[in-house]
Amino acid sequence: MSKGEIVAGCLAPHPPHLVYAENPPQNEPIAEGGWEQLRWGYERLRESLAGVDYDAIVLLSPHWQTYVGTHFLGLPKFKNLSVDPVFPNLFRYHYDLDIDVELTQQIHDRAAEAGLAVKMMENPDFRVDYGTITTGHMFNPAWDKPLVVISSNRSRDYYSVEVMQEMMIELGRVTREAILASGKKVVVIASNSLSHRHFTTESAIPEDMSKEHITSHAMHLWDMRMIEYFRTGQAQRILDEMPEFTEQAIAESDGGGLSWLLSTLDVPTYPGILHGYGTIIGTGNAIVEWPVRDHKEVSE
Amino acid sequence: MSDGELIGSYIVPVHPHTVLAPEQNEGWGRLRAAYDAAAQRIKDSEADLLIIYSTTWPSIIGHQIIADPNPEWVMVDHDFHDLGSIPYSFNIDEKFAHAWNESNEKRGLKSRTVAYHGFPIDVGSVVALKLLNPENAIPAVIVSSNVYANRAETTVLAKACMDVVKATGRKAIAITAMSLSNRMFTKSIEPKDDRIHSLKDDEWNRKILELLGEGRLEDVGQLSRTIHRQIRVNKVVAFKPMWWLSGMNNNRNNLTGEVLAYEALHGAGGAVVHLDPTPSGAGDIEYDEDDVEYFAGERNVLDSEQMETQESESSSLETPTEEVHENGPALWEPTESEDSVNSEAAPKPVGAYPHARRVGDLLYLSGVGPRQPGTNAIPGGPIHDESGKALDYDIKAQTHAVINNISRILEEAGGSINDVLDVTSFLVDMDRDFQGYNEVWAETLGQVGPTRTTLAIRALPTPIAVEMKVIAKAPQKE
Repeated sequence: MSKGEIVAGCLAPHPPHLVYAENPPQNEPIAEGGWEQLRWGYERLRESLAGVDYDAIVLLSPHWQTYVGTHFLGLPKFKNLSVDPVFPNLFRYHYDLDIDVELTQQIHDRAAEAGLAVKMMENPDFRVDYGTITTGHMFNPAWDKPLVVISSNRSRDYYSVEVMQEMMIELGRVTREAILASGKKVVVIASNSLSHRHFTTESAIPEDMSKEHITSHAMHLWDMRMIEYFRTGQAQRILDEMPEFTEQAIAESDGGGLSWLLSTLDVPTYPGILHGYGTIIGTGNAIVEWPVRDHKEVSE
Repeated sequence: MSDGELIGSYIVPVHPHTVLAPEQNEGWGRLRAAYDAAAQRIKDSEADLLIIYSTTWPSIIGHQIIADPNPEWVMVDHDFHDLGSIPYSFNIDEKFAHAWNESNEKRGLKSRTVAYHGFPIDVGSVVALKLLNPENAIPAVIVSSNVYANRAETTVLAKACMDVVKATGRKAIAITAMSLSNRMFTKSIEPKDDRIHSLKDDEWNRKILELLGEGRLEDVGQLSRTIHRQIRVNKVVAFKPMWWLSGMNNNRNNLTGEVLAYEALHGAGGAVVHLDPTPSGAGDIEYDEDDVEYFAGERNVLDSEQMETQESESSSLETPTEEVHENGPALWEPTESEDSVNSEAAPKPVGAYPHARRVGDLLYLSGVGPRQPGTNAIPGGPIHDESGKALDYDIKAQTHAVINNISRILEEAGGSINDVLDVTSFLVDMDRDFQGYNEVWAETLGQVGPTRTTLAIRALPTPIAVEMKVIAKAPQKE
């Protein structure tokens, strides 16, 4: 068997506003557009990967929140209606997605061997979270690649950012090992925003871009600091500053996705490509790609 | 129609074990039995509405209220999916949901109704309704837990709900779907091994239940922030369902409480508690936090020029510079003299005069309106906008606010609302407002017993509908 490979790592946020603004046939509400900077960013990400061959997408979503370890979608197909419990006016999406159960099981088993608490989710009635679906749609609207979907273990809520990060770095390490051993080419995605302080009101027209901005200057400064590290290959500094960033920017990195992603990429020292940045209901969102394929990522 | 009322309250656990696996653990079975006993009590009561506040439905844009008359789906828990699926079909009182939403807006809250096919009813609400109302005989309404809401917002949410309960003559039961300690084991365990996660969590849970068993709900509400820090993980902000439930019960501390069961659910503390409104005779109302009638906090946050004021979570007393309603005269600092009484907790005057003046054994108060100190907001809304266009407003909310302001001034002088001797009330629309004003009077100052004169006048200096001129006994100086 040929050796597995991570061809790209992506930070690909999931606010449902992006799907809403795209008006895909799967989503019931109709928008007049909005959040174009981020949607164009997703376009650039898709274009960047258009010529890249890969077999599966491994995605960690902060909106499948589990408190008893890390869970994995463990059935080959999930088809249902996803209604966002927070923004149901924007997101009522009919999804039909495939799971790479084999790769899922391999990651699950390695995580279990490493001592992490893990569980396969094999209930066919389970509804996939809107974070997975939003990022899944924006990254690959054709839905023609199977997914591995990993829950967000809320260890930060139980312990601290430091403990969360330790666990996510370990999960990232075993994810990477499983992918490299699988013989498959994979894109790994963390589906989270950066600063995550929302507005608590919504404009009458949700896509009214005259109302959209970051919630505070402090949030902007933190987002720009992180983006600078993304763009200059300083992933280790991101991990080092994760506790302060997560606490002070109320960042969605609290779900562990960003730490996990950087760990799967072996903490890259090469620059990430910033495809877009924008705010959504006040939160900061960056679309970033680490083009692993250009940096001689090989199996061990 | 007679006034509606809250005829009972229940605190119930959220985990799906009581529905899907009560036979797998004796404690889960006892919780299920307690759930069934609570269901029987509700069935035997006169209840015609169940109101659920669920901690497992977080919201961001204010509060959300289910308004789909018949939501149907299959619920699977994010963590305990291996226990199975829970199909549900509920009977929701959509009219009440819409009325509550409107009532929220009148009291300054942001909220919205939700009536979309396939909307995911949260696990806590599903478990509570499946077990407490198994035949769907009683219509229900479900409200979310807003992650950003502070106590002021949560209390006003309850008051807005009770406005509708009273106005519609309902016999309602309030239910909080929640855990006590919510720290679960972070690994899978065998059902037989379930226990409260730590001794410390267990001790706190038992203290909470001791208070609830004595009917001291408001005391638990006031301990909410401490309880949250001690035994809660950070997935929701504070132990806020106790704020809502206490607000629904008029912040009482003398309910009749009964703990029907207390057990572990994967390490978390689950309890079924019944709070009956019958006075227990133990304890008085000890509401020592700001009693907010109208939420004037984090509004207009989409406007960048107001960002400075949104940083603080604020009740009406905590935003000293933002003026919500500017369609009125300039505000003045109250004048100072040897006998004057002025309060930071009362709205600023609209001219050069003090809030009150002490003369001998009497206090003479300047005319007191409903404007809120600090924000200048008008509970129940202004009677007209800046252009003079008439607006709908709530005379009851305004009257309550007037009396609260009077109380604050009297407290500044060392007295209380019980010292009021004589009141002259001014209404700008006697025909429209007398009844509502009179009802609030009867509930409040009417219980104190001052003499009263009510006059109709053409206008007041600010866009308010009611003002009161008060003479009160002056507390003895030490």
